[in-house]
Amino acid sequence: MPESSQVKDARRCSVECRTPPLRQFSQLSLPLHRNSHRPSTFCTEHNLQECLSHISQEVSVLGLSPIWSESDSDSQLNVVAVLNCMYDLIQLHHRSLRTLENMEMEHLKLSSNVDYLKINNTHLKEEVELSKRQNTGLLERERQLQLKLKSLQNCLKNEKEEVQKLQNIISSRACQYNHEMKRREREFSKLRERLNQLLTDKKERKQAIDVLNNIGRADGKRSVWKTEKTEAKHEGEMYRTLLSDYDMRQRELVLENAELRTVMQQMKKEMVSILKSRKLALKGEKQELNGVQAISDDEDEEVFDSSKESLELYCIHAREKLTNSIRLQWRRLKSHVERLDSQVSLTQMSEPKNDDESHEEEMDRLKMEIQQCKEFIQTQQQLLQKQLSCPCDEDSASLQNDGYMLQEKKRLGEEWTSLEDQRKIFERERRNFTEAAIRLSHERKIFEEDRATWLKQQFLCMNPFGNSKQPLLPKSASASLITETEVSPPKATETPNEWQSDLASPIPRSVALTSSSIADLEYALCLIPENGVSCSSSKHRKSAHVEELSPLCENVPLRRKQWRESGDLSSHSLTQEKNSTI
Amino acid sequence: MNFSEVFKQSNQLCKVSPDGKYLATCVQYRLVVRDVSSLQILQLYTCLDQISHMEWSSDSLFILCAMYKRGLVQVWSLEQPDWHCKIDEGSIGLVSSRWSPDGRHILNTTEFHLRITVWSLCTKAVSYIKYPKACQKGIDFSRDGCYLALAERRDCKDYVSIFVCDDWHLLRHFETETQDLAGLEWSPNGCVLAVWDSCLEYKVLLYSLDGRLLSTYSAYEWSLGVKSVSWSPSSQFLAIGSYDEKVRILNHITWKKIVQFDHPAAIDNTKATVYKEVERRPAVVSEELSLHNITMVSTLFNTQSKYEICSLPVQIPVVKPDPDRANPKIGVSVLAFSSDSRYLATKNDNMATAVWVWDMQKMSLEALLEHTSAVRCFLWDPRRPRLALCTGNSKLYLWSPGGCVSVQVPVEGGFQVQSLNWHCSGDSVILLGKEQLCLCYMDTDQEENS
Repeated sequence: MPESSQVKDARRCSVECRTPPLRQFSQLSLPLHRNSHRPSTFCTEHNLQECLSHISQEVSVLGLSPIWSESDSDSQLNVVAVLNCMYDLIQLHHRSLRTLENMEMEHLKLSSNVDYLKINNTHLKEEVELSKRQNTGLLERERQLQLKLKSLQNCLKNEKEEVQKLQNIISSRACQYNHEMKRREREFSKLRERLNQLLTDKKERKQAIDVLNNIGRADGKRSVWKTEKTEAKHEGEMYRTLLSDYDMRQRELVLENAELRTVMQQMKKEMVSILKSRKLALKGEKQELNGVQAISDDEDEEVFDSSKESLELYCIHAREKLTNSIRLQWRRLKSHVERLDSQVSLTQMSEPKNDDESHEEEMDRLKMEIQQCKEFIQTQQQLLQKQLSCPCDEDSASLQNDGYMLQEKKRLGEEWTSLEDQRKIFERERRNFTEAAIRLSHERKIFEEDRATWLKQQFLCMNPFGNSKQPLLPKSASASLITETEVSPPKATETPNEWQSDLASPIPRSVALTSSSIADLEYALCLIPENGVSCSSSKHRKSAHVEELSPLCENVPLRRKQWRESGDLSSHSLTQEKNSTI
Repeated sequence: MNFSEVFKQSNQLCKVSPDGKYLATCVQYRLVVRDVSSLQILQLYTCLDQISHMEWSSDSLFILCAMYKRGLVQVWSLEQPDWHCKIDEGSIGLVSSRWSPDGRHILNTTEFHLRITVWSLCTKAVSYIKYPKACQKGIDFSRDGCYLALAERRDCKDYVSIFVCDDWHLLRHFETETQDLAGLEWSPNGCVLAVWDSCLEYKVLLYSLDGRLLSTYSAYEWSLGVKSVSWSPSSQFLAIGSYDEKVRILNHITWKKIVQFDHPAAIDNTKATVYKEVERRPAVVSEELSLHNITMVSTLFNTQSKYEICSLPVQIPVVKPDPDRANPKIGVSVLAFSSDSRYLATKNDNMATAVWVWDMQKMSLEALLEHTSAVRCFLWDPRRPRLALCTGNSKLYLWSPGGCVSVQVPVEGGFQVQSLNWHCSGDSVILLGKEQLCLCYMDTDQEENS
């Protein structure tokens, strides 16, 4: 029975899961409803039978096993079945209650969701409204701008027209002005003519020259009549001067040309010599390329020949030859120089490449550093601002401090490992110590036994002479005992000292150094908030963290200080012992 | 450097004869001729009125004195003091008078440029040249004195007439492609004639002696154009200064521009030396007085100045021209080649205190001289590459490739140098004040340092 109910439960569950919440709710609320509203006078002694049948019907409707069947037909109820049914019902009830709760929760959630959506909706509506308004505003502005543009275009058009008009006016005026000026000039020349005439005709004050006696010409010649001959002579003289000028100019040019030619010759010679020397050097290397070599040799020889000739010959042929040969030489020299250049550049390229790379690396590194520093500074600034603006803002501060915490953690972790090492060492030493103690106790025991035997012997063989010696021995024994006890602990303490000096000291020292350097850097960059006034929240967190680690790192600052102040081993061993006790 | 005593002069008329022996000065209506070496008066002539123009003939035998107001020209002979000649232009008036290169003819330009009258002293003959154009430089004789180029204006067109000076035979007459010809100038070898248009149009035309157009050059259009033109003594270069504050150099083979010299107000990148005149009160430099020569004592009350070499960048003071006025004070107005054609000195009108010296071999700025006041006049030594200049104060400034110096003229009562003239030997400079003149003798053996 319980198995079947479980199965049903499982089915129920699956049904629950599958059915939509509303139907579920209606289904499950039905019995509840009945339960709460049915009067307690549902069942009386008279209608027990009907009730039973009704309930069994109801139960069967609910999908439970019937508690009573007609076939049984006795008044006796199957109590187990009823109970099972009850139990099922109660279970059902509970489940329905739970689902109801869930439903209510869901309902609440949904309603809040709906509220939220409604708010959102209104918000969006407002936004739409706003954007609509903006849109209309923009449209309005666009319209205005377009209007403006149109008016400006009109203006431009008008201006253009105006310019055109003015240009026309200017040109017409210039035309008019030119015309007027010409008219005036003509008038003016007419007036001058007239004036000239009048003045020459005038009687009272004529132009006159009054010379005591005529003087001779500067060249001593007599003046000659103007004839065609003189005219021709003048022409001839003019052309003579012109010709002499051209002649002079030509001579100058010839001189210049000659100079240039000599320069060219020299240049050529030098080029040839350079190329020759190069070729001689190459010849040894390039024996295999004989065919090609021969051709170039021929060319060169030809070139040399022409250079010899052109010194004497100034005819066009020689000149052409010279220029051609120079061109040729020049081409060769150029290619040679280019080759050299490329070689040089290749070698140079390979050399400075490394330099460049290293430079670039250096630059990158420096850039990275700068970036880091900048970030540091920025975060620090932010921190400072945060501190100044809201010192109680714990969350943001803690968030920011997480970074430092991580760093701190790392640092502490390192120290932790070093301390762990030390702890191991101390553990070993303690073991040694205890072993030594055990050994000592053993020896003591043996000694004790020895003494007992010895005393016994003494006692047994007591003689009158022995009395005088007797007090001596215990003294010496006690002394030996004292010395032994005194000696053994230093033995134990000395070994850690050796340990310390041999093994442990270099490691923590280096750790301390690095950690101190980090701390210094951080302090210099003001990354670690200073104690006291600075960010309380961050400090809280940090202190908490430190407390966690405190058993391990309590001694770290102290020891670091001690190391820094003095390399004294005794103080060092003291701290060491302290460590070991922990 | 020595200075002569001071003589009187008027109208800044003072000229050394072409042979360098005599010095003629005009004082009111008197003409005084002195011996240059002794400064003794050799001759004294008296004219009919105040002299407005005076000129030596090319053979240094005659002196022409023109009295424009009276329309009179008087000629004096140095060899025959009794000889006299008077030319009366009558009521037609006189605006300009000059010798022909042979020293036997006088060319008188009448008022309104009606004509040019050519008077012969040999034959008393008179001839006329009609239609001369009134312009910046409408008449020019070739250096050898053979030819005369004359700008003419007929029927609203520009013409150039070339005369043979020997007998005033018209050799060539041709129309020029100019709107309004402004000037013409022969090349020093007398074979090329440069003709330039008025400032409204940038146009330079080059004509051969036989009237062929060799080349036309125009740097730009529309804005104001050519302001000054100068040939180099070697005839190799033609320098054109224009209103755009630039000098363009044309070569004599292709007549194309070979280089352009700008005159920027801010100089920050040049190999040139920049000299700046610095004035000091004499009180401040009392301890330096002992170092100077004794003549300085007489000029105690004048401000002293010296050139200092400026470090770059240099800002030259610029005067912005009034745009509403004609003939704006902007652009390169004066160009002068040194006698060896090695250097070119220029002055930009809106930077009147500065003189620019260009090296024609390196085609770059050689030196820049900045003064405390506007430069009045600068002239090259006719023999050496040495530039003398004056700024209307009592100092003479000299530049040579070796350096720059300013010299106080040691004259009582302040001698303001308005203009100057070199003696043809280059050994002395004649300094012309308002009413006075004074000779400055250069130390020919050793260079001046200050």
